[in-house]
Amino acid sequence: MVEDLNWAIGGEAGDGIDSTGKIFAQALSRAGRHVFTSKDFASRIRGGYTAYKIRTSVDQVQSVVDRLDILVALTQRTIDENVDELHEGSAVIYDGERSWEAEIPDEVTGVDVPLKSIAEEAGGAIMRNTVALGAACEITGFDVEYLDEALEKRFGGKGSKIVENNKEAARKGQEYVRENYDVDLGYDLETTDNDYVLLNGNEAIGMGALAAGCRFYAGYPITPATSIMEYLTGRIEDYGGHVVQAEDELSAINMALGAARGGARSMTATSGAGIDLMTETFGLVAQSETPLVIADVQRSGPSTGMPTKQEQGDLNMALYGGHGEIPRFVVAPTSITECFWKTVEAFNLAEKYQTPVFLVSDLAMSVTEQTFPPEAFDMDEVEIDRGKLVDDDEVDEWLDAQGRFRAHAVTEDGISPRAIPGTEEGAHMSTGLEHDELGRRTEDQDERVQQVDKRYRKVETAQEREDWDYREFGDEDADNLVISWGSNEGALAEALDYLEEDVHVISVPYIFPRPDLTEEIEAADEVIVVEANATGQFADLLEHDALTRVKRINKYTGVRFKADELAEEISEQLSAEVPA
Amino acid sequence: MSSDVRFTDFKSDKQPTWCPGCGDFGTMNGMMKALAETGNDPDNTFVVAGIGCSGKIGTYMHSYALHGVHGRALPVGTGVKMARPDIEVMVAGGDGDGYSIGAGHFVHAVRRNVDMSYVVMDNRIYGLTKGQASPTSRSDFETSTTPEGPKQPPVNPLALALASGASFIAQSFASDALRHQEIVQEAIEHDGFGFVNVFSPCVTFNDVDTYDYFRDNLVDLEEEGHDPTDYEAAKEVILDSDKEYQGVMYQDENSVPYHEKHGVTEDMSEIPDGAPEDAMDLVREFY
Ligand SMILES: Cc1ncc(C[n+]2csc(CCOP(=O)(O)OP(=O)(O)O)c2C)c(N)n1
Ligand code: SF4
Repeated sequence: MVEDLNWAIGGEAGDGIDSTGKIFAQALSRAGRHVFTSKDFASRIRGGYTAYKIRTSVDQVQSVVDRLDILVALTQRTIDENVDELHEGSAVIYDGERSWEAEIPDEVTGVDVPLKSIAEEAGGAIMRNTVALGAACEITGFDVEYLDEALEKRFGGKGSKIVENNKEAARKGQEYVRENYDVDLGYDLETTDNDYVLLNGNEAIGMGALAAGCRFYAGYPITPATSIMEYLTGRIEDYGGHVVQAEDELSAINMALGAARGGARSMTATSGAGIDLMTETFGLVAQSETPLVIADVQRSGPSTGMPTKQEQGDLNMALYGGHGEIPRFVVAPTSITECFWKTVEAFNLAEKYQTPVFLVSDLAMSVTEQTFPPEAFDMDEVEIDRGKLVDDDEVDEWLDAQGRFRAHAVTEDGISPRAIPGTEEGAHMSTGLEHDELGRRTEDQDERVQQVDKRYRKVETAQEREDWDYREFGDEDADNLVISWGSNEGALAEALDYLEEDVHVISVPYIFPRPDLTEEIEAADEVIVVEANATGQFADLLEHDALTRVKRINKYTGVRFKADELAEEISEQLSAEVPA
Repeated sequence: MSSDVRFTDFKSDKQPTWCPGCGDFGTMNGMMKALAETGNDPDNTFVVAGIGCSGKIGTYMHSYALHGVHGRALPVGTGVKMARPDIEVMVAGGDGDGYSIGAGHFVHAVRRNVDMSYVVMDNRIYGLTKGQASPTSRSDFETSTTPEGPKQPPVNPLALALASGASFIAQSFASDALRHQEIVQEAIEHDGFGFVNVFSPCVTFNDVDTYDYFRDNLVDLEEEGHDPTDYEAAKEVILDSDKEYQGVMYQDENSVPYHEKHGVTEDMSEIPDGAPEDAMDLVREFY
């Protein structure tokens, strides 16, 4: 009996691949099964191969693997692209009436369903993907009623007629397979009573922002960050907030900065080329001590690179981007739930320390939908810390002898008071120029040093006060240590199931400040750092911290890590020489 | 509080380092008076300054203020206003700041019609970087980077604003103190983007667009009986490159500012202590 299923639908962009995949994912989630989705898409709107893959199990799934069990192929290319992952127990659902002659490998079961004709019978050719979903249910023995729920969710807003027609289309697809084929590939998709939510990393970031009190967002469309803006638009208004689609990223980050000066929790997000444009303002945010959250959803670079492909290549940018020396925090969520929690934390850090906080995510996480128990996003756990925001009464403490507000007061912990417009007697200027305690321009050597030290002291304070922890799994006593950051965590966790060697895995969500792993690194015989870039930017940091050489696994094909593939690479590395 | 606010309350204790005679002195005085006259006080005013000699204005005035990076003052002002519809926002900068590096933002701030005033100190030169051609420099104006003149027509900022759908377009002259103040006041009071291009002579690097030049050539639109609500008349004056005008050229009486169009009324700085009460609905949406 096969309980863990890998399903995919593929065709040309514009074929409704995404929404069909999402409907099936939701149906599985409604059935109390865990779901992990991944998308293959090209940077074009119509035409070009695109696929939506789902891995589902009753246990938690957090990675893709090199195996495909059921493939709904709308084009021959779909079969060709996935042929290596098909096996003896696989089935390919296709429409033989279409003008292509499906070439299916011998060991794979071909299930020819006249998708279009059946859809037309049910009310319109547009529902041919729904027919295919019905057929998939029959092959896997999955109850179509769960599909009904997902169809209601998807089409409910368009009227009951459309919902009913789709349900009918699914039933007809199911019946067709039942009547014309006798396939039993041994699937048994167990269902449970669990209620899961299904969401992707960008949705989790948007939700985290709302929960954390973000009221202003400015952005400029760019893959794969745009869906954060799309999520917030239409929802932020419910909380009295607003999203501006700016004319470019220079504007977006400056608008966000303006709103933050106004006292709003404010954010911008971008990727690739957009983060380059924003770099100009990084220093201003830090120098003017403005709390701002800047999200970078990484994609393949440099330049416009591969805009729809995975990479973790911007770490150096987040750490070092901008001229001069810029105190900042860099936080990189390692999972979709962390996309939510780290966003909340980013807003708190930004206000507590009045600095830019870079929230570094990546494409794989931003488009992957995954199931979670809703408690994973327990809103009661959300805490808001606005830092040293002073009100009318507290302002007094921070006035100088002439009654002027010391907005950049030099303090022991490096954190100055913050007064927002409207606070009486709090009026002050802030500037990107070096300034004194009052915010007035200065080139005085002592004042310069005091202010630079003060701004960096905030980071030191944060280093001591905050918990820069990390996640561990595998065997903590193992001699082999694997370290990673960002979205590779899921694949790594699952890779343990395939590995014969004992491995201790550490997944780090904080890049700067980051936990000190020197002891762990020194204690291990073998240290491997896994990241989706060519040069090993995080490995460089760890080598620098621990003054030692580490081995590296780098993938920069544009495709995310897979659990089984990672297991193989780790095994290989463990027996390889340490680089000189 | 605002009833007893005097314009000197908007003055900081920093002494301006502008060259003696710089037009920016007069421009700033008019702005401070206009702010006080329109009932604002420093604690409820936010001034965003550009980069340039003109941008130093943020340092010499007293209010909530940000002096940002070159050309980006308008987006900052937009952010402040959206977060705080209750706060008076004024943006100030130079012609290079606004019409060169910031030209893209200018067009979009104008068409957004954000409720703020924008005062550009137009000296037809780059002052702070010591005398290079600016977008409003004449085509034969000789500078260190254009020894034979830029050989390209100057930008007409008023026409740029008009073409971008501006709801308020005006021009003033720094040394005609009273008229300048009145015009800035009207820009502040306008519901929407109040744009004022100010002739603010640079006495150090521009010996063509001088006080005398403007005094001799300035035509006051009020005296001419110009009706700013008449779009066609406004177009004519704005596109007339033979004369230098001061006054309000165009005002859309039906202007609705951006934040009102988008239903933004609340002070966004107020947020709950934890997640909003109904926040679990955000999660349930994903069932
Ligand atoms: C990105 C960037 N490029 C260049 C500069 C240098 N710079 C400072 S002020 C200025 C031009 C100022 O001209 P204008 O806006 O007309 O103001 P003025 O000094 O004449 O008042 C330039 C180019 C800068 N600060 N930032
Ligand atoms: S250089 Fe020109 S613009 Fe700058 S302060 Fe002197 S006179 Fe004014």
